[in-house]
Amino acid sequence: MNKHLKMYAPFLLLVGFAVVALVSVTRPSSPAPAPSPTRALIMALAPPSPTNVLLNAAGATFPYPIYSQWFDVYHQLHPDVEINYQSIGSGGGIQQLKAGTVDFGASDMPLNDKLLATFSFKIIQFPTVLGAVMPTYNIPGVTATLNFTPQSLAGIYLGQITKWNDPAIAKANPGVSLPGNNIVVVHRSDGSGTTFVWTDYLSKVSPQWKSRVGSNTSVNWPVGLGGKGNEGVTGIVKETPYSIGYVELVYALQTHLPYGTVQNSSGHFIKASLATVTAAAAGAAAKMQNDVRVSITNAPGANAYPICSFTYLLIPAHIADGTKRQIIKGFLHWMLTDGQKYTEPLAYASLPDAVAAIEMGHISEVN
Amino acid sequence: MSFRMARRRVVNVVMLGATGVCAVMSVLALCFILGYLLWNGGHYLSWDFLTKLPTPVGQSGGGMANAIVGSGKILLIAAVTGIPVGLLAGVYLAEFGGNTMTFMVRYAADLLNGVPSIVTGIFAYTLVVLPFHEFSALAGGLALGIMVIPVVMRSTEDFLRAVPGTLLEGALALGTSRWRGIATVVVPAAFRGIATGILLSMARVAGETAPLLFTSFNNRYWSTGWMQPTASLPVMIFTYAISPYDDWQRQAWAAGFVLLMLVLLINICARALLLRGQPTGR
Amino acid sequence: MAAGSRPPQAAANAKSFAARLRNGDEIAHLITLIFAALVCLIVGLLVFQLYRNSSVSRHQFGWTFFVSRAWDPVFGDFGALPFIYGTVVTSVLSLMIAVPLGVGGAIFLAEFAPPRLSDMLTFVVELLAAVPSVIFGLLGIFVVVPVMRTTVDPFLQKFLGYTPLFTGPIYGVGFLTAGVVLAIMIVPYILSVSREVLLAVPADQREAALGLGATRWEAIWQVVVPYAKTGILGSIFLALARALGETMAVTMVIGNDPKISASLLAPGYTIAAVIANEFTEATGKLYLQSLIELGLVLFIITVILNGLARLLILATTKGGTIQT
Repeated sequence: MNKHLKMYAPFLLLVGFAVVALVSVTRPSSPAPAPSPTRALIMALAPPSPTNVLLNAAGATFPYPIYSQWFDVYHQLHPDVEINYQSIGSGGGIQQLKAGTVDFGASDMPLNDKLLATFSFKIIQFPTVLGAVMPTYNIPGVTATLNFTPQSLAGIYLGQITKWNDPAIAKANPGVSLPGNNIVVVHRSDGSGTTFVWTDYLSKVSPQWKSRVGSNTSVNWPVGLGGKGNEGVTGIVKETPYSIGYVELVYALQTHLPYGTVQNSSGHFIKASLATVTAAAAGAAAKMQNDVRVSITNAPGANAYPICSFTYLLIPAHIADGTKRQIIKGFLHWMLTDGQKYTEPLAYASLPDAVAAIEMGHISEVN
Repeated sequence: MSFRMARRRVVNVVMLGATGVCAVMSVLALCFILGYLLWNGGHYLSWDFLTKLPTPVGQSGGGMANAIVGSGKILLIAAVTGIPVGLLAGVYLAEFGGNTMTFMVRYAADLLNGVPSIVTGIFAYTLVVLPFHEFSALAGGLALGIMVIPVVMRSTEDFLRAVPGTLLEGALALGTSRWRGIATVVVPAAFRGIATGILLSMARVAGETAPLLFTSFNNRYWSTGWMQPTASLPVMIFTYAISPYDDWQRQAWAAGFVLLMLVLLINICARALLLRGQPTGR
Repeated sequence: MAAGSRPPQAAANAKSFAARLRNGDEIAHLITLIFAALVCLIVGLLVFQLYRNSSVSRHQFGWTFFVSRAWDPVFGDFGALPFIYGTVVTSVLSLMIAVPLGVGGAIFLAEFAPPRLSDMLTFVVELLAAVPSVIFGLLGIFVVVPVMRTTVDPFLQKFLGYTPLFTGPIYGVGFLTAGVVLAIMIVPYILSVSREVLLAVPADQREAALGLGATRWEAIWQVVVPYAKTGILGSIFLALARALGETMAVTMVIGNDPKISASLLAPGYTIAAVIANEFTEATGKLYLQSLIELGLVLFIITVILNGLARLLILATTKGGTIQT
């Protein structure tokens, strides 16, 4: 036996050393109170303690910047609550909610009745913020803000407009010298609510788009490269000259990419901003009394930005676990009140007061 | 005639050069990868990176502490599930196997070895994630454990077979039973080779990303226990690399460097172990 | 021989099952047998799960799944052809680049280089095989893609743009880039296995050729390599099987567009990449099961290739029979 101990001892020592090294290196210094290394190891290996609750959520990348900020702030306010949100796209949020692997989901596309029927349980949808989807581009030598008509956007994404100096684009941008390079179109490769908003808008302004492609979280794109998440599309546009992609406003702002104006239903070229997004949602509150699922793309109004959307949290109506239920309801309440103060710095428009009031009423339906 | 001879000589030298270039290019590829990662990744490696949690999107700072520990947890599960199975199956093949059973098991292991890692991910998803309704380190570890089995099994069998039969016969002659002979004489004799196989298999799965994408998923925080979504280095590298944020991209380089160093270190140790064992033969 | 360890009365009941169990050997045999059977069970279960969880899409599409170009989640129409095409094209491209490099390098290391240098360099190349796929992807995005976009692709388009292979807009990502990245990943497999196979060729073959007046290169190219042909072919199959299943590096540099195009500069999609991108968000049973069916297809292809590879390598290094 001694002999074998000598044989296996170095191996065991190596493993032990590795464990100790791992633990001593992983001294968490995040805002949360930092446990000692041994405590961190025990915590990491032991079953979840009753005081620390982890909720899992997944879904839209559209609101990911504001959600990750919200959950972080909420965690600092309630240190035992950890909401782990993974931005995998609205399609992912819907699917994982259906499969039961997450506690709640997030989607820019509201679930219609047909989709709701495929769930085995009832879902309540809570709009959280308003965001805008804009065309962002990377054209070496062009620093001006380009104007895009609905027809030019549809044409680019249908693959019919292939060069940057195409008359359709040049006409809306007099005075800007556009290069003759090919347009590199970028879209989403994953199931995306941002795609839904974009294609919803294109379907409204282009009958050809509507019949050929349609609108959904995942469509059969005529042309283009696929990027994973808003992050992936922004990344590709940033790295690829002469490219164009559609992303949520904050992604272009955070990465300092130029983005263009879009012509709205009144004929004005509008740049996405808090004011123009809020203007688009002006008429929405009245419609949302009965059903929070409204589409505000191509909204009427002189100053309305045409491609914006509410984004929704998908909460199961019945949550068995009492602790989780309380946490979710508490978070929803906080989100509708204090949470709305965090939206502006990230260029999301906060919910109209009337809409927030409607949703407050819905919180009690979660039981 | 002499022209022809000269041409043959020239061709000889040219091909020597050409094949040499091929070999050197292959070697340089690794040096380039290492160097580039070191330049970009080592540059941004910091204490913060190793000890902090990720920050919200768009904010700089933060690190990958939870991913490093998470990878460790997932690898631990992979080791605990894969190594015993591979080890004992290898012992069976080397010491007990009959003809048909041996063939079937070897073929099954070859199949497992050739399965694309994304497919093992699908398998673990349908087997563990769906029934438990939870992304977990367990599911990720199982997916990787399946990939560990064939490598460990193959090296165990090979090195057990390489042990001279006289060792076991000597033990049996001294009166021990067959299983004790195998466990206390043959396996330790082959220990170096088996350990090499184990280390190589762990190095291989340490870098696997695809199976983890929908089994252990990802986690912004520390994951407690084994049944929660768990952050891991490869998944974080993938997520950060395709993002547009400079800070995240820097972290991806640093994480890539850490991962690569870990994998290469294990590989070098494994091979050194094997090389050291060869002269003594035993 | 194990009788000495058994108590005397057990010897009398040796044939009874309970007594046999008390014998450590039988237990050891049983335990190891169980684990060996477990390996077979895992494989069987894997195939079964893949088969069962793709039943809806198999029944819906049948064999048309393999020839349909559609990938339309909106209208529920799925086909495997763009992905099979992408997988095959990128793998073949990678072989075209990796085989000359790998076999050439193997020839150098096995025949020309001094043994110690050869061992050292092979060690380094084999380490290349250990580099994780996601790291190749990382380098692919930030190093290979810009180089392809700014230098290689325009060069190819300028001189070979009249062929349908190099037409169309230059993205940087695409089939060619994915092929290049894959090639770097599979060179170690070809190089290390081919080198082993070449070293296994008996010395008298070389010496006979040299004795007849051949130069070293002629001896290698006309005698040694043909002798080791099947083994080298086996290594190529092995590398091909690895390239087919490669996920992360490919999805980061191929452009993720499920289209079939003749141009190598165009973006594409492979089976492994589409599963990685769309699996967690496939809403609807048909969508998810179509992805799993793609996984089944990939599995079957790699099984066949791996089987062939093993046979070929075995025939050359162990079997000893010369197959010309």
